[in-house]
Amino acid sequence: MGLALLAVIWLITFVSTYFFIWHPWWLPTAASAAAAGIDRQFTFTYIVMGVVFVLAQCSLGLFVWKYRDRGSATPASYSHGNTTMEIAWTILTAVLFVGLNLMGRPIWAAERFQPAGDGALPVEVTGMQFAWYFRYAGPDGKFGLTNPKLMDPSAGSEAAIGLDTSDPAAKDDVVTGTMVLPVNRQVDLTLRAVDVIHSFFVPNMRFKQDAVPGLAIKMHFTPTQIGDYEIACAELCGLGHYKMHGMVKVVSPEDFDKWLAAREAEKQ
Amino acid sequence: MATSEIVHAHAAPQGFIRKYIFSLDHKVIGIQYFFLALTAVWVGMILSLLMRIHMIWPDANLPFVGHIQPETYLSILTMHGTIMVFFVLTTAPQGGFGNYFLPIQIGAPDMAFPVLNMLSFWTTFVAFVVILAAFFVTGGAPLHGWTGYPPLSAMQSTGPGEGLGADLWITSIAIFCAASLMGALNFITTTLDLRAKGMSMFRMPLTVWSWFITAILGLLAFGVLLSAGILLLMDRNLGTSFYVPLVVVNGQIMGHKGGSPLLWQHLFWFFGHPEVYIAILPGMGVASQLLSTFSRKPIFGYKAMVYAMLAIGFLGFMVWGHHMFMSGMSPYSAFAFSILTMGIGVPSAIKTFNWLGTIWGGRVRFHSPMLFAVGFVSLFVSGGLSGPFLAQPTLDIPLHDTAFVVGHFHLIMGVAAIFGIFAATYYWVPKMFGRMMNETLGRIHFWFTLIGTYAIFMPMHYLGMAGQPRRYSQFTEVAYLQHLIPLNRFITYCAIITIAAQLVFVINLFWTIFKGPKASDNPWEATTLEWTTATPPPHDNFGGHTPVVHNGPYEYGVPGAARDYIMQNEPATSPNPAH
Repeated sequence: MGLALLAVIWLITFVSTYFFIWHPWWLPTAASAAAAGIDRQFTFTYIVMGVVFVLAQCSLGLFVWKYRDRGSATPASYSHGNTTMEIAWTILTAVLFVGLNLMGRPIWAAERFQPAGDGALPVEVTGMQFAWYFRYAGPDGKFGLTNPKLMDPSAGSEAAIGLDTSDPAAKDDVVTGTMVLPVNRQVDLTLRAVDVIHSFFVPNMRFKQDAVPGLAIKMHFTPTQIGDYEIACAELCGLGHYKMHGMVKVVSPEDFDKWLAAREAEKQ
Repeated sequence: MATSEIVHAHAAPQGFIRKYIFSLDHKVIGIQYFFLALTAVWVGMILSLLMRIHMIWPDANLPFVGHIQPETYLSILTMHGTIMVFFVLTTAPQGGFGNYFLPIQIGAPDMAFPVLNMLSFWTTFVAFVVILAAFFVTGGAPLHGWTGYPPLSAMQSTGPGEGLGADLWITSIAIFCAASLMGALNFITTTLDLRAKGMSMFRMPLTVWSWFITAILGLLAFGVLLSAGILLLMDRNLGTSFYVPLVVVNGQIMGHKGGSPLLWQHLFWFFGHPEVYIAILPGMGVASQLLSTFSRKPIFGYKAMVYAMLAIGFLGFMVWGHHMFMSGMSPYSAFAFSILTMGIGVPSAIKTFNWLGTIWGGRVRFHSPMLFAVGFVSLFVSGGLSGPFLAQPTLDIPLHDTAFVVGHFHLIMGVAAIFGIFAATYYWVPKMFGRMMNETLGRIHFWFTLIGTYAIFMPMHYLGMAGQPRRYSQFTEVAYLQHLIPLNRFITYCAIITIAAQLVFVINLFWTIFKGPKASDNPWEATTLEWTTATPPPHDNFGGHTPVVHNGPYEYGVPGAARDYIMQNEPATSPNPAH
């Protein structure tokens, strides 16, 4: 029975580790400026935890087999423990865990402590059951007013977020169902939700942030690869949660300007 | 302490109802809790089976339930989580085994407040009936998940099930909180006041420590959830706005203003994080007890184990914010919560090292309870090591609310805790029912469950890394999830097999209760007080006398002793009487 335990625990350990090392399932392709740092921290944590995992499981398997009852008359070794060892592994794990935490701190700080830089493109993201809307401020660089009384989700776009067209600043606001972004330019995001909590999750951008009713949450990220990236809602928001899906389309700056101009023209 | 039995002993009851239904006997109440949890775990497990089937065959037409809609999937998910957390993981280890064995292990004739004990069970029972009722009302059970985040959970119009079903859900939780508060008070008082002569705090078995610390956590945590739940009920029914700001649901302006959705999250997780320790601490106690008993060695670092549990309990109240890194909470506090959360890894690691140290140099006997205790350690390590990923806000950016989290918490507070419950069942059923469980069936159950649960939950980490969000009823609408469907299918197959294997356990349990071979008073050659009394124990636990304790709880392999264990009530002096 000891040998069977050893075999199964080791087998589970090696099969799990094999898939972690071979990683046919891994973080999605990175496409933002922050991704490198996040992925590096992830990989480092992964290696450290992987080593601890293999060592702990293999010791467990080995010990239960090695110290199995063989029916001999001599009793087990009588020991209540060892204070030096207790102190040693307490300090060791404390250093390891706190160290990991401190390593990750600069990445978190860069993402969340600093506001978006100059020249960032302001985009407002609004989540509602079960769609995302994206608003661009237009040539005046200002978002117009919205009014909850004017919200009409069935009409989509401008009407869905309740854009108040009597406000001059709102006249040139563009609202879309797809997020179009110029490559290599920081996006200055404002996240809102009108009904329940949603979460704006773009795996390729290594970006996730809840959109909370009553809050306007400021965030930023910088796409670095041209391409189409999926948005998946990551906070349970109701029966359509699984299909609250959207796209981020990252294009060249020229294509972005052309696209925005075309949308402005459509509005007139 | 010594005079307490005069106050608390009550005469053996007569008549079926006083003896088995409204019993004041902590042993009967423990068994009642145990069977309540056993019923609940089957409900919860069948729900998880339906979820797994729906995820990969969303159009399947199932017997009894028909075609599951996305909203039904979410109702099932909500009820699975709620029933498992409250009525299984909180009820079985603490209400069940804690109730039965805490008084006996400290040499008391009963709980400090037998009537309160009975009330707390029946209140829990009412809570269970109320939550099951949510399935049968118009609109069905709520779809807001076991965490019930408002505004989703706070208004009827946010989805089906958010009407009467959601009211019943929150009412049930509130009732459960009241029951748990009663239980917690009783456990704490009993531990502090009813210990037999010689049973100093540092002679208490680690199981008693774990139930005691769990009770303290329950006392501090459930009160907060109760208040939070009452506020949610008021938001839902009385027009208050604690949690809901001005919101527009489906084009309609709702009558709320100025509330904060994050307030609920803070209150909920102030309860919710200690709750995971409420679920796992008793398992730690049982694992310690069993590893020592079946390795025939004293527990390695008894005091370190006690301090580690106290540290886990203490830190457990200061880490709730790690559930909220992506919530919109201040990013500065995220860092504070993160470092405290990493800190909780330290006592957890101490416990693991000490379990390994206990096996080291032992003479391990592989009875079914020991197999599950070893399984507990393995799962605790596996589930624990994904914690330091999620404790880092940086890594929560890709991982929060993905299947990685589901894999993490199922391994540690789900399966590891369940292994603690299984270990306790195989270990104590002989004492509770006077009959030995079948070893062969126990082993079959163990192997299927160990391999099966790893096969289910380990791959969820891969899914989460690949970005699969939680709580998706199907993967048809998101392109990047398509290549994950084969792995999801594999998980579902494993779940079906593993759930089927649980029938072996139930058959073994009921066969044992009615037909199993008679158990002796101390079949495992263990040292704690429950093994010094008759099997099953008499009404007053020790047949008219109170035990006197002379030894620590884990005196195995004592050099020079007549046999390889010294029971706690044996007058023979131990070479190390402090322990």
